[in-house]
Amino acid sequence: MKIDSQDRQGVRILSPKGKITIGEGDIALREAVQTALEDGARNMVINLEGTSTIDSSGIGELVSAFTSVKNRGGALKLVHLPPKVHDILQITQLVTVFEVYDNEDEALASFN
Amino acid sequence: MRRDDPHVHLELGSRLENIDLAQMVVEECLRRLELDEDTSHWVGIAVREAVANAIKHGNQEDPDKEVEVDFGVDGDELVIQVTDHGSGFELTQVNDPLAPENLLRPNGRGIFFMKSFMDAIDYNFDPEAGTRVTLRKRLTAPASGSADEEEER
Repeated sequence: MKIDSQDRQGVRILSPKGKITIGEGDIALREAVQTALEDGARNMVINLEGTSTIDSSGIGELVSAFTSVKNRGGALKLVHLPPKVHDILQITQLVTVFEVYDNEDEALASFN
Repeated sequence: MRRDDPHVHLELGSRLENIDLAQMVVEECLRRLELDEDTSHWVGIAVREAVANAIKHGNQEDPDKEVEVDFGVDGDELVIQVTDHGSGFELTQVNDPLAPENLLRPNGRGIFFMKSFMDAIDYNFDPEAGTRVTLRKRLTAPASGSADEEEER
């Protein structure tokens, strides 16, 4: 899985392309979040538009990322949830944890 | 796999990359059974979780230990069994991932996914045969199925 990374308005935006699943995408996402934190990024957005599949390990990695960013005084928000990813966040009740936005602009505006 | 005899048996080494293989095979079987795309996706995810648990927790990722996947249809039910060589676990000790204190735990959602996406799951623990999880899902009539086929369901 490939993860595009860019900074906009001081926010690190990560855009995974492919599957966030055990042994593959989950590790790539963990490394991308760790790199962002080491780079000093405080706030992050994960754009899930290109995420084709997510399993329990992938969900676990999103939760870990949320906690890591929050523990450093920042916030992690999600945008462009594909329907099946949205369904999983609902089933796991994590929609009550994550701030979810329709697009990156809305997510970025929410940090102000 | 034949439409009238859809049994498939897989023996997989305990390597994480085989989780994708199991999911792909099961989704192909479901496609041939003409299940709708959404149902196939969720059943595929449930199988993925069962095989992941078998490889990670059951067989401790020992590549010499196999995970067996059996796919079949029993009457109007899809039945998928995943067997590993683990010693099992205490189901009552599995945390509820929806409990407020567990919501932010990074793991412990695999069985919950299986329960959510299937109609029923059962575990069988045998000291010699290992651990087997049975996943069941009622089959719905294919959209293109004939009246005769639907009556048979």
